[in-house]
Amino acid sequence: MDYLGEYDYVVIGAGHAGVEAALCGARLGLKVALFTITLDAIANMPCNPSIGGTAKGHLVREIDALGGEMAKAADATFLQSRVLNLGKGPAVHSLRVQSDRVKYQRYMKGVCESEKNLDIKQAEVVNILRDETGAVSGIVTRLGTKYKCRAVIICTGTYLNGVIHVGEVSYESGPDATLPAKGLSDALIKMGVSLRRFKTGTPARVHRRSIDFSKLEPQAGDDKILPFSFETKGELKNTVMCYIGYTNENTHKVILDNLDRSPLYSGRIEGIGPRYCPSIEDKIVRFSDKPRHQLFVEPMGLDTDEFYLQGMSSSLPEEVQLEFLRTISGLENVEIMRNAYAIEYDCCDSLELLPTLEFKSIKGLYGAGQFNGTSGYEEAAAQGLIAGINASLKLLGREPLILDRASSYIGTLIDDLVTKGVSDPYRMMTSRSEYRLLLREDNADERLTPIGYKVGLISEERYNRLKKKLELIDEEVTRLETQNVGPSEQLNSYLESCGTEAVTNGTTLAKLLKRPQVSYEGLSCVDKNRHELPDEVTEQAALRIKYEGYIKIQLEQVEAMRRLEEKLLPEDVDYQSIRGLRLEAAEKLNKVRPLSIGQASRISGVNPADVSVLAIWLEQRKRSQ
Amino acid sequence: MSTIAAISTPQALGGLAVIRISGQDAISIADKIFVGFTRVRPSDMAGHTCAYGKIVCGSQTLDDVVLTVFRAPKSYTGEDTVEISCHGGVYLAREILKLILDNGAAAASAGEFTKRAFINGKLSLTQAEAVMDIISAEGEASLKSARLAKEGQLYKRINDVCNSLVNVLGSLAAWCDYPDEDIPETDSESVASVLGTALSSLDKILTDYDKGRILRQGIDTAIIGKPNVGKSTLMNAILGYQRSIVTSTEGTTRDVIEESARVGDVVLKLSDTAGVRSSEDEVEQIGVDLARKKLTDAELVIAVFDGSRECDDNDREILKSLSDKRHIIIVNKSDLPQKLNLEYNNDDNILFVSAKSGFGLEKLTEKINKLFKLGGYSDGGEIYTNERQRSLVKKAREFISKALNSVGDGQTLDAVTIYIDEAANSLLELTGERATEAVVNDVFSRFCVGK
Repeated sequence: MDYLGEYDYVVIGAGHAGVEAALCGARLGLKVALFTITLDAIANMPCNPSIGGTAKGHLVREIDALGGEMAKAADATFLQSRVLNLGKGPAVHSLRVQSDRVKYQRYMKGVCESEKNLDIKQAEVVNILRDETGAVSGIVTRLGTKYKCRAVIICTGTYLNGVIHVGEVSYESGPDATLPAKGLSDALIKMGVSLRRFKTGTPARVHRRSIDFSKLEPQAGDDKILPFSFETKGELKNTVMCYIGYTNENTHKVILDNLDRSPLYSGRIEGIGPRYCPSIEDKIVRFSDKPRHQLFVEPMGLDTDEFYLQGMSSSLPEEVQLEFLRTISGLENVEIMRNAYAIEYDCCDSLELLPTLEFKSIKGLYGAGQFNGTSGYEEAAAQGLIAGINASLKLLGREPLILDRASSYIGTLIDDLVTKGVSDPYRMMTSRSEYRLLLREDNADERLTPIGYKVGLISEERYNRLKKKLELIDEEVTRLETQNVGPSEQLNSYLESCGTEAVTNGTTLAKLLKRPQVSYEGLSCVDKNRHELPDEVTEQAALRIKYEGYIKIQLEQVEAMRRLEEKLLPEDVDYQSIRGLRLEAAEKLNKVRPLSIGQASRISGVNPADVSVLAIWLEQRKRSQ
Repeated sequence: MSTIAAISTPQALGGLAVIRISGQDAISIADKIFVGFTRVRPSDMAGHTCAYGKIVCGSQTLDDVVLTVFRAPKSYTGEDTVEISCHGGVYLAREILKLILDNGAAAASAGEFTKRAFINGKLSLTQAEAVMDIISAEGEASLKSARLAKEGQLYKRINDVCNSLVNVLGSLAAWCDYPDEDIPETDSESVASVLGTALSSLDKILTDYDKGRILRQGIDTAIIGKPNVGKSTLMNAILGYQRSIVTSTEGTTRDVIEESARVGDVVLKLSDTAGVRSSEDEVEQIGVDLARKKLTDAELVIAVFDGSRECDDNDREILKSLSDKRHIIIVNKSDLPQKLNLEYNNDDNILFVSAKSGFGLEKLTEKINKLFKLGGYSDGGEIYTNERQRSLVKKAREFISKALNSVGDGQTLDAVTIYIDEAANSLLELTGERATEAVVNDVFSRFCVGK
């Protein structure tokens, strides 16, 4: 067999998952190839031109803390930045930026091109080769060209067997008028991968000059901009305004009158769509009592007049789309440039994956992103990074990287995928994490940068900077805990001004700071020994003190969880043969094949008695060896 | 490992019952509830010694008991263990267990003592399989009783509270996870109001529980009979207080009224049903259908007849339906002139009573004991479920009260949700659900969110 080239691993698809998956291996010194159907769509945003948002912002910061690229790209190409949920508490503060879609693509393409160990190739991969042991050994392109490799990461997004639906019309296509990936699905099915159909949708893009902005509510960015990356320095500026509009009864009437022409309702779409990101027709049918729905009118970039209509995803015929959009105040004369559409695609059953994102039954085959049943650029990038890291570590003969639920949203996302599985496209939410008070955007570096350093994606210099920062935080916490202050007039007038009781006895700064109304800045009036410290240090010190009680509870929960996580289950068990396990539990365990008792306990259908049986069985096995 | 406790003897009538506590706090918990007659404290006792004394709850003495201390590793589980032998009967043992749980022990789950014994190396390798069998069997039993409990009043009330918590968490989650959508703001006051209501509901549940009104375990008993023969009066007489509406208008009880009552050492789960007769009234007819269904499901049927009226077709139909059921026939209104001529009076289980005056009711206990051959009746699964429900309710209550304090202090809601999560998790534990999943589902079902 002739190979045109040889790589350590190959990434299929250059979207947000693929780019992260490829970059990390190349940076760890492996030879990597990134295949894409079109070089012009690397890191494309075929849906909303934005990065971050609730829980997604957490993911971006975690990707950065581990040494991924997304945060830097977002910082370099954003148009408008806002921190969402200010005032609702630090656990849910979430950074979100409006991005310049084209600039973002160019940035990512540039980063990939300049990575010396990474080759980028425009070609459709149609087959995956395996050696006599069944492990991945190469790929074949549409042109019949073969490349040798030891691992493959599938990041096919919505390209895999993509079918676009608009009204009564359906046709094979990738997103944004690209070619679909044909052929690979058959190859995967032959390898024993279970595939299923998911569906997602995108709204129309319209021309700037056809919008009457005076009828829309403007939405400005933040004055003080926080970057995504812990490494971004320098001043950041908003350059655009976004807008909010509303649907009305007429909009709803047009949609309801034409519902029979939606492929979703006529039954032509068989794929399962996301619950959280419904098309406008879905929203109107499911929430018929709502008199109006919100839409966001957002620019696609600085060098284009295209505007994105967030909230208006639809698969109705083009003329119906135009009709209902024109019922909206401010969009009476709107002109569509790209119509809205629904897209169906193939994805795998994530229960067939290990927490490393490698397929349990096929050595060397990994999946990431929408292919694994998720939705969203950030979810994709997070998995791409973890799949890439794990493929690399395995090829380098090192221990795998498995992030647990208490370490990160990334760990929570992957644990949900491989333990609970998904029934519709999965979106990250802060409410999915039981440890959310620990997993904040602001401490992603503290949680994950030491891990990124160990993996080899974080520089010595950055790691030392983090260590220095943590030392400063510790010192400041200790100082605040031990620094006494008396009941001075100055202090009491401050306390009263922020609506909390005056003090009559001496107390520590930390005790005062624990009061929700009191701020670190506010205490400067009585804190004479305070040193000049960076904001990131004082912020963390104050959070640690303010939330100490809650953090303690969460840490106890984490400890209990990790005790079970440490009880590892062997790979080769036939759970049906374990006495005392109920049939349902044994079947579920055989399917999921959890790595630990902890993971087993989170599988639906495995009850506490089953977990006890497993614990005994494990103990018995240990003793008899 | 946490300290666990359970009643280790069969949950039935007997001379003695044994409650076992195992874990590092076993002995210190015993110190709190045991007063030895020689003033000895369990923590001063050597392993494998016992003491005679009383179990006290505040100033109240629950029972005179013998307490045995086992010190780790020389015990069944290999941990510090205390065994309390109290007087037999389900009630006392349960009260003592409750006291132990209130003092910091957790209700032991299925097979947990044995599991600990194995993990601590007290059982041999060959015994492991037997252990797994026990756990699996007990797990099944507790699943079964959890299923049963779900049909009960207590579960329904817990579930209502739980739904209100998941609801408020869902509102908070939607509001936080979709800040750009026009989702109504959830402010501290509305959270505090939901928490306040939840707190008082749980307090009410705990009070009712302690008063013994919601005993889930017991013999499922249906009281049937024609309208106005005195079923509700009989039920009230057994319960000792007014529960069903008692008037002389026929068909006053229109649905099934359920209560539990202790008759001697047995708990009857009484269902007072609508009078059995054909009715034109649609609502009453539903009640009658329910009554017929109850009759089929019940373990014990108490059929009530009016001694002062002649026997009619409805009475005969009722008599016929009793033939394959454990039953007691009550001929009521024995204080009035008797006209009832029961066609088959060779039944052993006829009692003549006056529900109104209580005359003759004392024989009921005797009859029931005989019918159910007490000693081997209950497998205890339900008591286990009940105790767990109660201790989970207590735990939830503590977290809700913490959450309320945090809201009161002006704490940010993301921190408050940590407590609400814990409370919801406690209440959800019986169904095996987790708060995070329930909340995510709640968000998607109630809010229109998306891009």
